[in-house]
Amino acid sequence: MQREITVRVDGTARPLTVDTRTTLLDALRERLGITSPKKGCDHGQCGACTVLSGGRRVLSCLTLAVTQDGAEVVTAEGLAPGAAGAGQQLEGGLHPVQRAFVDCDALQCGYCTPGQVVSAVGALDEFAAGWPSAVTEGPGAPGLDRAEVAERMSGNLCRCAAYVNIVTAVLRAATSLPAGPTAGKEVDG
Amino acid sequence: MKPFDYLAPADAAEAVRSVAANPDAVFLGGGTNLVDHLKLGVAEPGLVVGLAGLLPSGIEELDDGALRIGAGVSNSDLAADPRVRERFPVLSQALLSGASGQLRNMATVGGNPLQRTRCVYFQDVTTPCNKREPGSGCSAIGGWTRHHAVLGASEHCIAVHPSDMAVAMAALDARVRTLGPAGERAIPFVELHRLPGDAPERDTALEHGELITAIDLPAQPIARRSAYHKVRDRASYAFALVSVAAAIEVEGGVIRDARIAFGGVAHAPWRARRAEEALRGAPASDGSYRAAADAELTDARPAEGLDGGNAFKIPLLRRTLTATLRDLAGEDPR
Amino acid sequence: MTFPSEPEAVGRDLPRRDGAVKVLGTATYAYETPLANAAYLHAVQATIARGRVTALDTAAAEALDGVVAVLTPGNAERLASTEDRELAVLQGEEVAFRGQVVALVVADSSEVARHGAALVRVEYAQQPHDAELRADREDLYAPESVNPDLPTDTSEGDVDAALAAAEVSVEETYTTAMYHNNPLEPHATAALWDPAGEGFLTLWDSTQGVHPTRTALASVFGLDEAQLRVVCPYVGGGFGSKGQPHVNVVLAAMAARAVPGRPVRLALTRQQMFSLTGYRTPTIQRCRLGADRDGTITAIAVDVVELTSRIKEFAEQSGVPARMMYASPNRSTTHRLAALDVPVPSWMRAPGECPGMFGPEVAMDELAERLGLDPVELRIRNEPAVEPGSGKPFSSRNLVGCLREGAVRFGWAERDPRPGVRRRGDWLVGTGVAASTYPVSRMPKSTATIRREGERYAVEIGAADLGTGTWTTLAQIAADALGVTVALVDVRIGDTDYPMASVAGGSSGMTTWGSAVVEAAGAFRAKYGSEPPDGAEASGSVQPADDRHAMHAFGAQFAEAHVHLDTGEVRVPRLLGVFAAGRIINPRTARSQFIGGMTMGLSMALHEQSVLDPRTGHVVNHDLAGYHITANADVGAIEAYWLAEDDPHVNAMGSKGIGEIGIVGTAAAVSNAVWHACGVRVRDLPITLDKVLHALEERPRH
Repeated sequence: MQREITVRVDGTARPLTVDTRTTLLDALRERLGITSPKKGCDHGQCGACTVLSGGRRVLSCLTLAVTQDGAEVVTAEGLAPGAAGAGQQLEGGLHPVQRAFVDCDALQCGYCTPGQVVSAVGALDEFAAGWPSAVTEGPGAPGLDRAEVAERMSGNLCRCAAYVNIVTAVLRAATSLPAGPTAGKEVDG
Repeated sequence: MKPFDYLAPADAAEAVRSVAANPDAVFLGGGTNLVDHLKLGVAEPGLVVGLAGLLPSGIEELDDGALRIGAGVSNSDLAADPRVRERFPVLSQALLSGASGQLRNMATVGGNPLQRTRCVYFQDVTTPCNKREPGSGCSAIGGWTRHHAVLGASEHCIAVHPSDMAVAMAALDARVRTLGPAGERAIPFVELHRLPGDAPERDTALEHGELITAIDLPAQPIARRSAYHKVRDRASYAFALVSVAAAIEVEGGVIRDARIAFGGVAHAPWRARRAEEALRGAPASDGSYRAAADAELTDARPAEGLDGGNAFKIPLLRRTLTATLRDLAGEDPR
Repeated sequence: MTFPSEPEAVGRDLPRRDGAVKVLGTATYAYETPLANAAYLHAVQATIARGRVTALDTAAAEALDGVVAVLTPGNAERLASTEDRELAVLQGEEVAFRGQVVALVVADSSEVARHGAALVRVEYAQQPHDAELRADREDLYAPESVNPDLPTDTSEGDVDAALAAAEVSVEETYTTAMYHNNPLEPHATAALWDPAGEGFLTLWDSTQGVHPTRTALASVFGLDEAQLRVVCPYVGGGFGSKGQPHVNVVLAAMAARAVPGRPVRLALTRQQMFSLTGYRTPTIQRCRLGADRDGTITAIAVDVVELTSRIKEFAEQSGVPARMMYASPNRSTTHRLAALDVPVPSWMRAPGECPGMFGPEVAMDELAERLGLDPVELRIRNEPAVEPGSGKPFSSRNLVGCLREGAVRFGWAERDPRPGVRRRGDWLVGTGVAASTYPVSRMPKSTATIRREGERYAVEIGAADLGTGTWTTLAQIAADALGVTVALVDVRIGDTDYPMASVAGGSSGMTTWGSAVVEAAGAFRAKYGSEPPDGAEASGSVQPADDRHAMHAFGAQFAEAHVHLDTGEVRVPRLLGVFAAGRIINPRTARSQFIGGMTMGLSMALHEQSVLDPRTGHVVNHDLAGYHITANADVGAIEAYWLAEDDPHVNAMGSKGIGEIGIVGTAAAVSNAVWHACGVRVRDLPITLDKVLHALEERPRH
């Protein structure tokens, strides 16, 4: 059964027709040709499909597209300010998290990478909002260290196992980011 | 995946009416388990009724000090709520030990307790499963039982409930508020989930079309000294082998009261009332904790199977409970 | 051809050239190739492990709106070659393993294709199957050779006599689990058949070798290689499983030929990958070591039992590393296989060496324990002067250097050898060591072309970058071989339109392709000198390897393991590896290769295990929730170092392959550290808490 929906993806309104069965991930990849979010497992077990929806990191493989009518979705391709067509302007068009991933060699095959990057952006926002994690000790606001980053990034599997570099990259990006939430919202610009 | 119709109703009442009127209809909350099941063929609804925006998404403080948690609250918002962190650390910890950051952002308080077992045979439609297809048999018995029950299982099903949040809720005497075709009602959380018995296809006491609208957490000072201890094969992003939710009140080296529930070991979050009883009045010592565990585990039965089965869960649970209580007793929150 | 002894570009810490497109997600993987009007394919799989398909009802699928084609053994094209029975899909009714493809559905959308596949009704005549590997099976057989073409058994001296006479010995059985490669990018293929003329097939396939895939597919479909193009600029991981084409490539090509002119996309589901894309066999390793009281080894024997599939043999060479690691006058190694009704096993990162360095390297630790000798020292004491077996000199062998350097960096000297005596909070703490090795391989064929394009130089070769860094490192090699700055070099890989390249496998890529690039640069300079005109072009091919030397990389890995006193949970907060692998082309990408391999080794040590239920013949934990690979939180500090190693024999660059050695020995180091922490020898992987819990039960907590 088909439905007409409009999703804003990386700042651009994208009207499309979807099957009620279509996931947000498949709508992006197979209908819109936006292949930055990846399909690694299709069951919420790897994190490669992570996007921001409404500013929060979510799994697009477990999100039915039909529920995203009117939603604001940001993929790794759209993270950087003025990112439309960012693939063409490689040096300038990277978000600080992306820059840190390249600098720290926090990737190998690259397939989990866009999901890692988006997840890191979401995780840093969550951290900035004072959210605790499973490794946060005590009642107050958590401090950002390797253990905190590793736990918060554990929903993104990397089979090449760039984990130690991913943690370093996220910490580096965290120190270079302006204070306060940065994700998702600025992309429109 | 079978085609289905999708409905975004105007309010919760319409959602309930729509599902109640159609035996082939299901609610869609955060989707983290239903969409998974749609792809696997485990769920084949004709109508999916979306709940986004229909359910309360705030945490309200009631006159009696209880917290009323809207069913639409995300797992991450609940875990981060300062009142929850302060008054019910066991709940915040349980939530944070579950799934991943992305999944916690999606999963709702109403949906989390209704997630279904991760039994690999239940999830594989090419193998018999009494829960999926009543009467077809249980493939888990004699199969890979590492993640299966040691308490309350039946000859028809040895699956376990996968939620961490639910284990904390069971320990905290939470109450589930629902809206169904027959109106509103409240159910003690510990009565929400069923043991498999001879009807493992039924996970809960809810009727078709009955919707969780909120969960109430009664005020209870004991919960301030509480913790969730999850033991798993990976350090993160893995279901529990066993877990313990515990709250304890100790005075002068004597245990005055305790709330305990186990996860990963039964078809339902397992409220350990025998263990609680054994602890009341006992000295705060490893011996008491072990005795309490043994009291609860007298009826535990391992499920033999591939790779040594799951007999290890019995000593593991005893040791985990002991460690959790030891840590709690040794730590003064004031 | 010569290569500068003091290279400018090689050895530089350059960021990977494909970094930006990968962090943005705009690098195009196979399934993502922009193709208009694509159809989607979903496979129907057998639900029995052995028997025959007796009826296939496709009516409901065909009636579905949007279904374009349904292929079954009854209507699928007859393949030109069915010699490779793994690839001979839809050619008959026989079912040889559970999960085998018995039909496929092509549709306008992926949702409809999947629904259509679920509507295909299959009836079977089921036969009893056998899917259980045991060392005491009576039908074990000796394969003619083991992967890639090594002797099945070796024997020198008299092992039994030496063991009987040994002052100290170890005789234990070790097991490794069944493992699935699980690259994050599922095996995926897009295919387009242009029926014009003789026909032309284009495959955008996730593969470790576009040319080997073309050769295999040309044979299967009876096409001339000129009728086939395979494209793969980026590979989302492979670890061996994309080293040879699996059935997805054939299915996509078949479907494309059934809908000429229309592209077809296929990505296997994660669950399907557990039966269709290869895996590592479980191994049962009986290891025997004998030694004199002073630690001189007098006997080494390794007898390996593994499985293979009934339709296609793959004999993993797990006994091979024991043939050359340590000196011993008496030595024997054997491989025996059980042919079962299971999916076809294949390559997975460091086949042979990875599982084959688990048993022996734990046995070495056990021997050290019984001798009262430090395990680093025991290894050093048994260093061979020449390669055991062949008697050839090593081109370079710096195992001892790695052990010594690693011991210093890790702080090994302060180690108390007693097990189970260190505690930090609620954790028992231990450390362990194991050795690593991997052979230096050079494939016989690969050609590179270098062309002047304006001021720039283009290097073309059909090589692959699996995340290994090829895009970057080939440019570094070419720059030095040409004597130009690396920024002037463009690399073009991953397309059969470029010159023929060998598979990215066996850590042979840089040795082989890099050698071809150096040859091409030599030919280019010889032909055009230092002022080549625009469009100047020359090619060169890899030359035969030096066969007078034994060539291997070596390493030493140190692990710290923590075992929780209450729950038995095992954590590894620190791994440290030191490797001797010739000249390192790019320290940044090399470090990622080493730590990636070590982390996968950690994953093997603690987590990974495909659970094959013998009642059904399939892996029941067939997804990434059931099949655990390490998550970020499982990984603590992982350090990789390497020794400066000048090896003039391996190749012009002086480099050795580094993609696989990192996973070799890690699991043994972890197991040895777990023993040191809690006193339990875990000889069966993975090291899960249930395997140490009994010892904690017997141990007073304080």
